[in-house]
Order: sequence, then C-alpha cells, then structure tokens
Amino acid sequence: MVTVGESYFFENEEVGPGETPVGRRRRKKFRVWRLVVLVIAALFFLAPLYAGFKFALQNDSGKFSFWAFTTLPSEQGFSGAFFLSMRLALFTALVELILMVPTAIFVHLRLPKFRPVMDFVTILPIVVPPIVLIVGVLGSAPLFLKESPYLLSIFYVVLAMPFVYRSLDAGLSAIDLRTLVEASRSLGGSWIRTLWSVIMPNLRAALLSATALTLALVFGEYTMANLDGWTTMPVWIAQFQQSDAHVTLAAAMALLVGTWLLLSLIVALDRSQSRKRRKVGTQ
Amino acid sequence: MAPFFIYTGVGLGVPIVYIIRNAFLTFQGKFTFSNLDLLVHGIYLKGFENSLLLSAITAIIPGILGVFLAYAIVTSNSAVLKRMVATASAVLANFGGINLTFIFIAALGEGTGVITVLLNHIGLNPWNHGFDLYNFYGVALVYFYFQLPLMVLVITPALGGLRQSWREAAQNMGASNWRYWRHVGIPVLMPSILGGVLLLFGSSFAAYATAQTLTLGTVTLSPIQIGDTVSGNAIAGEANIGFAIALGMLIVLSITMLFYGLARRKASKWLR
Amino acid sequence: MTDVKDSPQPGVSPPSASTGGASVRLEGLVRTYGKVRALDGLTLSIEPGEFIAFLGPSGCGKTTALRVLAGFERPDSGRVLVDGKDVSNVNAQKRDMGMVFQSYSLFPNMSVLDNVAFGLRMRRQSGDQRRTKAGELLELVGLGDQAVKYPHQLSGGQQQRVALARALAIEPRVLLLDEPLSALDAKVRAELRDQIRSLQQRLEITTVFVTHDQEEALSMADRVCVMSSGHIEQVASPDTLYARPTTAFVAQFVGISSRVPVESDGKEVVIFGQRCLVRSGGTTVSGPADALLRPEDVAVEVDPQGDGFITHKSFFGATTRLVVQVGEIPVRVDVRSDAGADMALGLHVRPSIIARDVLVASRTAIEIPSED
Repeated sequence: MVTVGESYFFENEEVGPGETPVGRRRRKKFRVWRLVVLVIAALFFLAPLYAGFKFALQNDSGKFSFWAFTTLPSEQGFSGAFFLSMRLALFTALVELILMVPTAIFVHLRLPKFRPVMDFVTILPIVVPPIVLIVGVLGSAPLFLKESPYLLSIFYVVLAMPFVYRSLDAGLSAIDLRTLVEASRSLGGSWIRTLWSVIMPNLRAALLSATALTLALVFGEYTMANLDGWTTMPVWIAQFQQSDAHVTLAAAMALLVGTWLLLSLIVALDRSQSRKRRKVGTQ
Repeated sequence: MAPFFIYTGVGLGVPIVYIIRNAFLTFQGKFTFSNLDLLVHGIYLKGFENSLLLSAITAIIPGILGVFLAYAIVTSNSAVLKRMVATASAVLANFGGINLTFIFIAALGEGTGVITVLLNHIGLNPWNHGFDLYNFYGVALVYFYFQLPLMVLVITPALGGLRQSWREAAQNMGASNWRYWRHVGIPVLMPSILGGVLLLFGSSFAAYATAQTLTLGTVTLSPIQIGDTVSGNAIAGEANIGFAIALGMLIVLSITMLFYGLARRKASKWLR
Repeated sequence: MTDVKDSPQPGVSPPSASTGGASVRLEGLVRTYGKVRALDGLTLSIEPGEFIAFLGPSGCGKTTALRVLAGFERPDSGRVLVDGKDVSNVNAQKRDMGMVFQSYSLFPNMSVLDNVAFGLRMRRQSGDQRRTKAGELLELVGLGDQAVKYPHQLSGGQQQRVALARALAIEPRVLLLDEPLSALDAKVRAELRDQIRSLQQRLEITTVFVTHDQEEALSMADRVCVMSSGHIEQVASPDTLYARPTTAFVAQFVGISSRVPVESDGKEVVIFGQRCLVRSGGTTVSGPADALLRPEDVAVEVDPQGDGFITHKSFFGATTRLVVQVGEIPVRVDVRSDAGADMALGLHVRPSIIARDVLVASRTAIEIPSED
C-alpha cells in the first residue's frame, strides 16, 4: 500500500513554460496536450469502473436494479466472510498500533540515528510479498496456530508495517514530539500520562490514518487468506464468482467504494495534519 | 524497541529461514540441489522468464506514461483536479487484486463485457482482433490499471522538487524548453524515475491475486506456480519446488529493492 | 568550508571578454497581479557599466522590475530597451543577460565546471573551448580548485560564487542579481559583497542588484534606486540619498529619521528653540510640517532644565544611540560612546540641531515633489 500526501500535488505550481512573450503560444499548445493526456487517462480509468457499476446495478434480465446489492448480505457465506474479515482487521489494527506506536515514538525520541534502520526494516515486507510469505508460514507455523484464522492476522501486521510506520512517523514529525514531551515531563507528567494526554490526542489524524490503511489492507488481502484456507471477504467474492456475476460485482464494487471512502479519509486527514504543521511552531 | 524487533524478526525471519532451508530439501527431508535444478529448467524457468518479462513490461510502460500523466496533473491550475487525483491514485494503486479482475471481466469480457459490447457496435471488438483478456497480455493490461497510479504517486514529489529557478537559470543561459529538459530536467528526475520503475517492477513481480483469479492459473508465472504447490496442484516428487521458486523470488526482489534504495538516495541528494 | 581562503587572486586578469556594459532603459512599466500593482509606470535609465541597486521593502516591485528586465515576466504596458533596441518582445532565452538568483539555481546534476560552461554550451561552443573559459571564470571567483565538485558539496557562499561565474561566462552586457546574498551568513555576505563589486568594476558590466538590505545597496552601488509600491521614490548616489533624501519614505527607509512637528514659514523652521534653514529639495510651503532628523543631526547636553529626557540607550561600539523624549516625540540621537557612558536613563538633557539644514516634509501628504 502506498500513499502520498496530497500536498505534493500542489507544490511548484510553475513547472510549466514561463511567462515569456513567446511562452504564450507555447503555453496554449501545452494546455491542449495536457487536456488530451488527462482525458485519455480519465477514460482508461473510468471505463472499467463504469462497467463494474453497470454490472452490479443490473439484475439477471439486464434491467437497472439494486437487486444485487440487496441480496448480497443474505447470500450464503457472505456474513460469515464479512465478519471474519472484520474480526481479523480489528485484531490486526489493534496489534499493529500496540506494537508500532511505542516503537515509532521511541525511535523518534531516543534513537534518531535508528531512522535509516527503521526505514530499511519497513521496506522488508515489500521484499517478502504475501505469496512468498504464506509458503514459509504454512510450513513453519505450529499446528495450534494454523487452526486459527488469527495466524493470518499476525502476518497482516507485518504486511501493514511499512505504511503504518510511515503514517505514524509523519504524524510525529508534524507535532515536534521532543518539545511536547519535554514540556510535559518538566511539568511533572509521568510517561503514561504524557503518552495518553499529550501525545495521543495530537496523533489522532495519524492514528486514524494508520488504522484505515490497515483495515483497507486486510479487507483486500486475498493471497494469504486463500492459500491458508480461510474464507475472508475477498476469498468469498472469488469463490462466489462461479455462481452469479452480478452479485459478485456488487460485492467487488462495495469493497471498492468502501476502500475509496477509507482512503479519502486518509488523504483528508493528511491534509489537516499538514495544515496543523504550518500553523503551529517553526518549520 | 525490543518487542518490535522480536516481532518483526520472528514474523519475517521464521518463514524466510524455513523457505531457504526447504529449498534445499526433498520432501523426505534430505539435502538436495534437485529443487534448484528443477527451477532453472523447463516449466519453472519459463515461469520465471514470464514473470520477469511481465514485470518489465508493466514497469517500464506505465513508468514512462506515469511521468507524463503526473506532469500533466502537477502543472494543472485546478485544485479540484489535484485533490481528486491524489485520492484516486491512492485508491487505484492499492486496488485489491480480485476486485480488479472482476471489474475488468465486467468491462472487457468476451461476450458480455460492457466495453466489449460498446466497441462491437462500432466494429472495433478487440476480441476479433486477437485480444484475449485471459492470456499474458491481458494480465499485463490489467496490471497497468494499478501500476500507472503507483508511478504517479511515486514521481509526483520528485516533479514538485524541480525548482523553478533551475528552469529560469537555464532560460537565462539561452536554453530552449527542450534543451532545459534534456540537460537539466530529465537528468535530475532520472534517479526518481528509475526508482519508480524499480518499485513498479517489484510490485508487479510479487503480484499473485490478480493473475490467479483472472487466468485461473493458466498463465505460467512464478507466483502462480508457488500457489499451485500450496493448493496441492503440484506434481508429486517435486513438492518442495515451491520453496525454491519462493527463494528465487526473494532474491529477485531483494536485488530490485537494493537498487531502488540506491536510486532513492541519489534522488534525495539532488532534489533537496 | 570557510570562504576566506577562496578570495580571488589579485594577479589573475579578467577574461579577455570584458565587453563593457550596455545602456538600459525601462519605460513606463506597468504590471498588475489581480488587485496589486506590482509596477506602477516605472521609468529609469541606466548608464553603461553602472552598478545600480534596486532597494526597497518586500512587495515594492524591485524583483518584478528585475524579472521584467530579464524577460521572465511580461509587463502589461511599457518597454524595455537595451542599447537603444526594444527587447520587450524578446524571449528571456535570447536576451543575453546574466542572472544570479537568490538561491538554489545551480543545476544539481552537473559539476561546477559544467554549470559554469552551460551558457557556452547553449551557444554551441566546442567542449574544450567552453571548459577552458569556465575554468578561467572559476579562477576569477576563487574556486578554481572546486571545478569537479557538485553543487550539493559546496557551501552557500561558494554556490553563489559559482552562480556568478556562470552568469559572467556568457559575457553578458547586463548582469542581474536578485538578492543573491540574502540567504547567506552575515560574514559570508560581507566578503561576497566586496568580491562582486570589485569584479563588476573590473569588467565594467552594467549591473542591476536587487536587495532589501540598505547597507548592501549603499556600500556597493554607484546609484541606488529606492522603490515602494511599484514606483521609484528617489534615484541617487548613496551619499546623496543618505544626506539629502527627497521623500519622507526615503528619509525613513534609508538610515533612521525622527519626525518632529514644526511650523514652517517656507524658509526656516524652529526646532528645540533654534532657528534652522529648510533644506532645498524638500517642501517650501509654509504651514504645519514635519522635520526629518537623522540621529547625527542632533546633539544633547546634560541639563536639569532641559526639555528632553533619556528613555533608551543602546551601545553600538563607537557610537551610542539614545532615544530622547521631547514632549510627545521620541528623537533618536547618536553620541560618541565615551560621552554617552555618563548619560543615564531618565537624565534630563537639552537637544540642539547641529546640521546645516533640515529636511522638511509636509505633514499632510507623504509625497513631496522631488527634483529630477
């Protein structure tokens, strides 16, 4: 999972041809070219989405209808899969935060030299993709773990690490952690108090962002769940493909819309965070 | 600090060690090179070749196109567009494998695909011209859908780092638009572009879900072959080949990410 | 990485290409951004080989004027003439002016030598030719031994010197500098100031130097053009500007001035009980007015019956600056530090004018007709 602060899209407004007298002609040509590129890109990306929605909003006789969406929850196995995904997602998020928040804070405060190490470690899950990971896991995991779906959760935590760490790190950088902690400690606050009353509230956006990323990841993860034999949402959708195309598409589109909402939330949170950064304290 | 390293170490380390170890063992547990031997011959080698080729295609083409698309977006004056694109790229780049599969089938499926039907009306049905969604190139096309946004996400910060003063200084020195890009703009961007392409390569190489659900395992790719061994579709006696393939993938990905890290470092030196 | 060792060698002669400068004329330049008038009918003539500074607070239009001259901005109306030729419609690319930007203008992907040679490369000079020339220029700015380094390996001061060499490499007839020293440390700034000035004098290039720092402008330039809100307040040599400001803005922007209300009869005013001549060039209208006094125009004597008393005291080394409250007006007075040592806060003093004449501005309008 990769996200980028939307502020990057707004930097350096004047990348295009300058304001010279000749530039005027050049700029017009450039504007046309840019429009063409954007239109083609839009078509390419919107076409499949259009197709997906069209399929999802049709019933068997081809007429427009919400039928597929309404029967979805009652289809066999759906609720089981949905709630399994939900349980896994929440468990993953919980473990993720418990593990990563103290770590991120610690590295930020005490071991700034460790940052490159952290950056490297959080790249690792990209080097070990789900398909490779599951092979190793299935072979080496003890039996009692293999009987529980939470085995997946344990490794989802690993998969989500790079993105969660990056999100927390950005959030910590934005609030000038060291100064806040020193202020709190000098006024008599214990570590727990400082964590709870000072750090966490300021990290709200980053925490929500990290949680949303984790949820999106777990709800979309197919590879490991399928090969481990657990019917999570994505696995269920794939299995259901055999039965009815419309309902399958409805499920897929629902998942898509859900992910879109989650990630819009993340981008919006990131925007509010950078606004905060600009308002408070020095750059 | 310790809990983190323990968790990560175990979480990643144990499976990796297991894979490495088992790559060199037969099913009965004896040390052997036979798995590796199998790997570099026949169908498993084909799998690797296909995977590498697919990854290269879906890294370079979306990579280059992504730079142009990102440039078009960054230079636009519409804040609305930029906001939409920022969210859209984030969503599309992480598009779960199976969703993509079904959406593309809905769009370009042979008989009933919405787009197929539309194109058929105007006589441009791609299926009649040799297009097949379920073969190697069909998979590549589907990969474009999430690789392009990924490249846009990766290259946008770099584009933002191109300082206006460089462009003006170049103009001042007598450089035309084209010469600015040739001597300054593109060279400065190159490490970031390279890094982006490498990231795309890794992302594509490691992808499983899309290819599997789209082709139901009929296209010969390394991740799919691994999946086959796990789900019991492998040939008896070659049971541990899956581990060898996995090891091979680990090596390829490690090398890729190593160069990615180097490219990133170079980029940050220049684009400070 | 100090810059002290890297001063230009006095023995190195300038490259054989000092072509002398061009004359520049800005005519009636107007530039508006939305509601803001960045340039308001700016007109100015610059002599060949002259070093002129554009001085003013941020937003006064000095940078806009420079960028219009360079070709990076198009004025809404008005012309730019170089050596008599109208270049208003000529691309920045073809204007043959060398520009030094505020910061970060060196191309990061090229070595220092290649950066300096870039302009020559654009003019299609051969590799050997341009590398030799670039090497000479680097020697000129004292960085001959850094030729193979990359910009990110150099300090800020060194980077700006490379930028200067790069601008000079194309033998421009006009040299433009956009606050080139603003991003540097004070010490580096002072050294570079001297280097830029001596280089310019040797090469006799027409130079326009934009800055908000009056010390820079006054110490470097042949003439200083003080700007505010898009128009010129006064153009004069540094000493004229300082000693005989013609507008209240200049009087208060360049150096320090205290405003003291007086009654003028057109020829004389009374300040601190003294009769003083009104300086020609200021307003000669009778009526209520403001006298603009420099700290060195006023002297004080300790006197328990005196009208003023000391409210502030700042030590500046050779001089000490006092703020003396006279009635409701704070007046800044500079005294020699040995005398000032005895003056404590709250002490009563008698102020007197020791200048020959005082600049008088009308109390209602800020602007006064200035001699041209």
